[in-house]
Amino acid sequence: MATKSLLARNNDIANTARQLDILSNGIFASGELPTFVTKIKETNQFPLRPKKLEILQINLGYMCNQVCEHCHVDAGPDRKEIMTLETMNQCLEVIQKTAAHTLDLTGGAPEMNPNFRWFVEEASKIGVKDFIVRSNLTIIRANKKYHDLPEFFKKHNVHIVSSMPHWTRGKTDKQRGNGVFDKSIEALRMLNKVGYGIENSELKLDLVYNPSGAFLPGDQNALENDFKKALKNDFNIDFHSLFAITNLPISRFLDYLIASENYEDYMISLVEAYNPSAVANVMCTNTLSVSWEGWLYDCDFNQMLNLKVASKVKHISTYNEEIIQNRNIIINQHCYGCTAGAGSSCQGVVA
Amino acid sequence: MSKTYYDPADLRKFGNITEWNEELGNRFFDYYGKVFEEGALSAREKSLIALAVAHTEQCPYCIDAYTKDGLQRGVTKEEMMEAIHVGAAIKSGATLVHGVQMMNKVNKLEM
Repeated sequence: MATKSLLARNNDIANTARQLDILSNGIFASGELPTFVTKIKETNQFPLRPKKLEILQINLGYMCNQVCEHCHVDAGPDRKEIMTLETMNQCLEVIQKTAAHTLDLTGGAPEMNPNFRWFVEEASKIGVKDFIVRSNLTIIRANKKYHDLPEFFKKHNVHIVSSMPHWTRGKTDKQRGNGVFDKSIEALRMLNKVGYGIENSELKLDLVYNPSGAFLPGDQNALENDFKKALKNDFNIDFHSLFAITNLPISRFLDYLIASENYEDYMISLVEAYNPSAVANVMCTNTLSVSWEGWLYDCDFNQMLNLKVASKVKHISTYNEEIIQNRNIIINQHCYGCTAGAGSSCQGVVA
Repeated sequence: MSKTYYDPADLRKFGNITEWNEELGNRFFDYYGKVFEEGALSAREKSLIALAVAHTEQCPYCIDAYTKDGLQRGVTKEEMMEAIHVGAAIKSGATLVHGVQMMNKVNKLEM
């Protein structure tokens, strides 16, 4: 089990140029597999363009209390990059004028940013109604100062989206670290207790499933049923929906694929499962990703590959929605992860 | 020609069997697809049956395919191992139950 980020380990894959080099060469350069550009050209979907902006996804920092094996952010306790108050204020200015209706806060563990609550409160004051916080659950149990997070989330009607790779302890802990399963269960109980995840409750609690290895997620509905049955029977836990998300071949998951000699087979699986109808609804068409430094990206994955938006406006400080929305989305072979099977996004399947 | 009988990459070429007999090939794949659909048995249960049979048939392609299929469905290692023990138990039972035939023959032939 890793306890340090790739960056802290000086791993070659921490270099984003190296990742892009891997994704652009090998079986894609040799022509064994078609590049993503070639593939979407088949159905006249190139260049990929944004549609109506609906979600502003803000990454509050790469600091996290966990070091998950598959993390595309390479987050962990040793990552000190977190959003400053200054950048948060710039985000708030944009939130006031954007057409986006949803504010999606992610990280790392977004709650670890010391100004996290202030930011949610300020955004709430200026009228944001639709908040998503991507909470890893264990943070709620990590320290006393986080124990009241469920109440805080409830107060602002925050929609909680949390990762849970399996309904059994073994599979969960292998991916997310020893003890994560038990702590997650405790956190889910706390959330249920204040009303989250209960049938017909307006306090939304959704779980995210992503495969713990070099395979694609199965059917989202079938997995949701299995999760619901097991979590209810074993722990009396309720939640609303399960989002099945495909692991994208970047950062730690890419490192794992290469080290375990699964990279080529995984890319073949992704390309074979390519679904052109998923392309129309990939999340980069309705979401904009903002980094802890205020840079703008087509999605969180492009952020981690340091592929800033192909627009004159690249930073939150000079934000102009009209200019930004008139851009081509930057794509590479990692995009196959969002178009495999029923498709994949931060909100689950798209096709 | 390949120097080994089995190549994992051949599994992806399975669909090519339709090239030399399109009608029968397509009928087989239609049937195959239909069999594994959600029915009186869930697709997950069918996947576990397929995994057990893959072992009793000792088909390496099927073992690769249904191990991965099981993982995608969230099937645990414990469930997979129990499933193949079911296959193994039937295999060994099928061998041993013939012991009765042996006993009958001995009883008939011996004075």
